[in-house]
Amino acid sequence: MLKRALAIITLLIIGYWLAQGLAGVPFGEDKMLVGQYYLDHVKEQTGAVNAVTAVVVNYRGFDTLGEVTVLFIASTGVGALLWRRRKERTARTEGSIVLTTGTRLLVPFVMLFGAYIFIHGHLTPGGGFPGGATIATAFLLLYMAFVQYEIPHKAFEKVEGAVGVSYVLVGLIGLAIGGYFLYDWIWQDWGFGTENIGRLLSGGFIPIIYTIIGLKVGTELSGIIDNMLKEEVSE
Amino acid sequence: MISVYYFGAISLILIGLYAVLVKKNLLKMLIGLSIMETGVNLLLVSVGYVAGRSAPILSEGIGPNQAVDPIPQALVLTAIVIGVATTAMALSVAMLLYEKYGTLNVEEIRRLRG
Repeated sequence: MLKRALAIITLLIIGYWLAQGLAGVPFGEDKMLVGQYYLDHVKEQTGAVNAVTAVVVNYRGFDTLGEVTVLFIASTGVGALLWRRRKERTARTEGSIVLTTGTRLLVPFVMLFGAYIFIHGHLTPGGGFPGGATIATAFLLLYMAFVQYEIPHKAFEKVEGAVGVSYVLVGLIGLAIGGYFLYDWIWQDWGFGTENIGRLLSGGFIPIIYTIIGLKVGTELSGIIDNMLKEEVSE
Repeated sequence: MISVYYFGAISLILIGLYAVLVKKNLLKMLIGLSIMETGVNLLLVSVGYVAGRSAPILSEGIGPNQAVDPIPQALVLTAIVIGVATTAMALSVAMLLYEKYGTLNVEEIRRLRG
């Protein structure tokens, strides 16, 4: 009881302090200069319509590479923590008829929707990370509905490695052509899609990188789901 | 001016902090951490908000002067992904602890450890 009261008092102090600090921040007013610069030049410099995507993939592509690396390390860490010599799924109840039928019907469409999200990342809200997460939910549905289901591990590991390497490869091609890592040669040198900004075939290498990120996030989150659902079985 | 977004963000942070401070169940503490994370993300996004403007997707009728700041949104996108990854790590540690001690109560885990 005393602990709870102390916690509440501490929270009130912290809350007052936070509110005080934030009262000085101008809210709902004009942007800082960097954001305005990005908005003014995003179309001619990157060919993307969605400024958030351009910032994530093009202006700060190196940052995103680090982010993908963190995700990869976390996925590997989950695998290492939950590693067992011999493990299987020990769930015993099959999904109900509603769940199994719904899963059979919906899984292809969920995957298609995920692919749509990451392919159209430079045009609509979304991108590689939400698209990959959507694809992982399709595998979660399969896991929930069928007790025997297993993701194809061999293929998944290969896809994961290949897309990780190809991200770095895209960056290195930019280094070779334009002189710096993750240089957008498709847009800057080739000028591919200059006439149809706002359509699918534009945006430089943003769709390529987002496809790579989408596949990587999808496989990694599915791997995390797979690791968490399995338990050790005695031989 | 303090707006409703700031109050929402601060109260989410405080709710999460309360769960982390008071709760004894490890899962509840992790849920509290996630709520705190949501609060911080909401705070960051709301910093980039500009009154009366739309999302930074430059389509018809939305020029560079009618869009909000894209940078906080891009940063929050990063933060959400990292948050998911760390939550997955923490949950797997919690699973291991439960398998070893048969309980998620942090005080009992400490006592059994001796």
